[in-house]
Amino acid sequence: MSSEEYRLKKNVLGRMVPTIINGKPAVPFQGVGKYRPTGCKAAPPISTCVDYPPDGNKVLPDLKTSLIKACIKDGMTISTHHHLRNGDLVANQIFDACAEIGVKDLIWFPSASFPCQEPIINHLDSGVVHHIEGSMNGPLGRYASRGKMRGMGVLRSHGGRYQAVQDGDVHIDIAVIAAPTADPFGNANGLTGPSACGLIGFALADSQYADRVIVVTDNLIDFPCIPWQIQGNYVDFVVKMDKIGDPEKIVSGTTQITKSPDRLLIAELTARFIKEAKIMKNGFSFQAGAGGTSLAFVTFLEGYMREEGIKARFVRGGSTKYLVQLLEEGLTDYILDGQTFDLDGVRSMRENPNHVNTSPFTSYNFHGKGNFASMVDTVVLGATEVDVNFNANVVTHSDGLLLHGIGGWQNCLFSKCTILSIPSFRDRIPVIVDEVTTLCGPGELIDVIVTERGIAINPRRKDLLKAIVGSDLPVKTIEELRSEVEMICGGKPAKPKLGDRVIAAIKWVDGTVIDCVRQVM
Amino acid sequence: MAKTCEAGRRGEKVRSDCFVSLELRDSGGIEVRLKSKVEVMYGESIKRLCMDVLKILGIENALVTLDDQGALPFTISARLETAVKRCLPDNNREYLPEMLEHSMYKTQRERFRRSRLYLPGNEPKFMINAGIHKPDAIILDLEDSVAPAEKDAARVLVRNALRQVDFYGAERMVRINQLPEGLEDLEYIIPHNIHVILIPKCESSEQVKQIDKRIKEILNKNNIKESVFLMPIIESGLGVIKAYEIASSSDNIIALAIGLEDYTADIGTERTKEGRESFFARSQVVNAARAAGAQPIDTVFSDVTDMDGLRQSVNEAKSLGFEGKGCIHPRQIKVIHDAFAPAEREIEKAKRIVSAFEKAEKEGLGVVSLGSKMIDPPVVKRALRTVKLAAEMGILDKNWRDEYVQ
Repeated sequence: MSSEEYRLKKNVLGRMVPTIINGKPAVPFQGVGKYRPTGCKAAPPISTCVDYPPDGNKVLPDLKTSLIKACIKDGMTISTHHHLRNGDLVANQIFDACAEIGVKDLIWFPSASFPCQEPIINHLDSGVVHHIEGSMNGPLGRYASRGKMRGMGVLRSHGGRYQAVQDGDVHIDIAVIAAPTADPFGNANGLTGPSACGLIGFALADSQYADRVIVVTDNLIDFPCIPWQIQGNYVDFVVKMDKIGDPEKIVSGTTQITKSPDRLLIAELTARFIKEAKIMKNGFSFQAGAGGTSLAFVTFLEGYMREEGIKARFVRGGSTKYLVQLLEEGLTDYILDGQTFDLDGVRSMRENPNHVNTSPFTSYNFHGKGNFASMVDTVVLGATEVDVNFNANVVTHSDGLLLHGIGGWQNCLFSKCTILSIPSFRDRIPVIVDEVTTLCGPGELIDVIVTERGIAINPRRKDLLKAIVGSDLPVKTIEELRSEVEMICGGKPAKPKLGDRVIAAIKWVDGTVIDCVRQVM
Repeated sequence: MAKTCEAGRRGEKVRSDCFVSLELRDSGGIEVRLKSKVEVMYGESIKRLCMDVLKILGIENALVTLDDQGALPFTISARLETAVKRCLPDNNREYLPEMLEHSMYKTQRERFRRSRLYLPGNEPKFMINAGIHKPDAIILDLEDSVAPAEKDAARVLVRNALRQVDFYGAERMVRINQLPEGLEDLEYIIPHNIHVILIPKCESSEQVKQIDKRIKEILNKNNIKESVFLMPIIESGLGVIKAYEIASSSDNIIALAIGLEDYTADIGTERTKEGRESFFARSQVVNAARAAGAQPIDTVFSDVTDMDGLRQSVNEAKSLGFEGKGCIHPRQIKVIHDAFAPAEREIEKAKRIVSAFEKAEKEGLGVVSLGSKMIDPPVVKRALRTVKLAAEMGILDKNWRDEYVQ
């Protein structure tokens, strides 16, 4: 495909983006909150209960049979979720079965991919899979970056995936939902079973909007499967498998706080900022991820909350034992959890009614009548690069390689105070730069950058600048941080040599195109 | 004749370092083969740097093979210079990276030296971020943390770090090797704004004088006016017995430290948590230091996971009269500073004494008194230091005098 076929156009951030993606029209980013699609939401075909077994038993012998019964055809869109993370054993088997059936040109629509799905590359090479719409982590990203994937990848946030399904940008033909526990009717949850992962909320839209829904489980129990995080009333077929996941890679037995003194310093500075800017007050809320720095941040914040006798109303997961500890010791009323990262998180969600499972619909969806993301007082996130305009990148590295997905990152930017806690450089790779390689989040939504060499506050946030007057936090301008990093790394980094070919489009939460990723030569 | 020498480190776990293999050739100019994780961003600049280094060192024909794990320029040039000198031991040229402005700050004799962070002299990755943890001092170590075969590499790396790495205001210390090797170390590092030289296993005033003399010669040769301070480390029975002789052997001695690992071995015992075996030595070092007008500095606490133990150890050191403690991990710094922070009771007492002293000075009185008690000069001096430390740590308002009512 030549670049003319994408009909590149400059969006409001000055990024050249395709207006045609895999043959379908696409809208360039217009500004935060500017794009307002109208009309009705997409809908699945009408189904009728008389077509389903009255005894509720939808069990089929294997995955291949279920795909054939779901009328799999060339060019269809197959969706999966990523709650089994790097322990997922289902996605590879789906496309192995598709290869056996002999279909080709499929579009894989995962909520995220992991290195364990590297074998999909064989199906991309052989033509079974045409392209991937979803995050491409590690090996798959490298493959796409080298220009080896036939179609254009499309990266969406967790909320953006829900939005794309609801407004019809993506039509899921067949959803395959790996379920740690399910009954023959298709009710399913992630709470128990050998592959327990806590919740399976990322599959919610898939269950509601796909033409055909297949639940795959290695823990088939008698009806009813309670609670039904996925409702069997959406499900066509149930397949029992020996093993859907590798438990050790789904959740970690123990999540590890970083031991790096530099990361600990970043975590401590982040917690101090939240305390001294008075965001930490009774009834507040926050969200932090499961990386080593985020975990350390939670423990520092916990210390300050105890010292000052402060309690949160809710915290947002991904949950870990550190959030569970806050809940169990009364330092927060609720955990609203999107995914569960360790065994303590799974146990807590199973046992504690105040540990609540959420989905991209409640948390992030652009086409909802509001969502939780903008109600959170502060969120602590990472990034691969941030530029002097506070624009940030989470998908590519400075060498241009696509190596990460967006996850909930874009959606979380809508929090009242978005903090990126990141090292100012990694080895010799500057993280604070003049211009990001790929723009995934606009600077107007990014409020604070916390690095080991100081804190930069977005000049738009005069309120935050004022709130910390008199504190001894090491506040610098982002330009000062950038210059310091350049001094350390030995000058400005050279830009990677990129080809003309667009290998992936980066969607904003509203479905418009905020940037694209080029082939790395 | 082709000759090949190597320097630096490679392997999956290596970070912020590089491995250089240098093959000297008879002709063909310079060829640089680079494999680097930052090749896209800094590949060209790394190659230029290699060319510059070789030019300054007078090498005209060579093949440089560089396996780089994100090493900063000061490390790359150090590794290449080391490789050159391993090939040509008589090459006395130096490639000096630019002395950056942030490396030129000065120190003061009387500054606080509560924490000093040891940094292995041949490990660049720990140097880069050492200063951000705000220790009172950093020690670039050429002695025990450097393998004998890497002493030459560490000297060059430490020299480059002194010129390029920002230590953010921490006092710049180097621990040299024992004599005579230590005298050679001085040639490499003294011209690069070094604040304090640590003398390991010091056992006589003679050693101090030798070092002091050599430092003066190097300073004169380089036209440097500032003096370099000394901190002898007492690590043996003989050193303990001669502590006062050592502490008073030079005006440049600003502190006297004790190193207990070697000391306990020397007196034929083992280090315990209670530390009864070293009580005499520690007390002797405190007394010798005080008698000579130097700061007594305690040994390192080596269990980096035991923060409660560290706190206890600092409290004990403080009660014995020590003013500082060595650290081997950045997370120890804050614990040490907090433990050395004067207690509220100490600050209140110090404020009373300082006010009385300043009042007496203003009134031209020779004697300071508080109520009916006379205050002796050492007590005044200690009180002045207490309020200064409290103010620097933000526990006491810098303008406390304005509001102070006796």
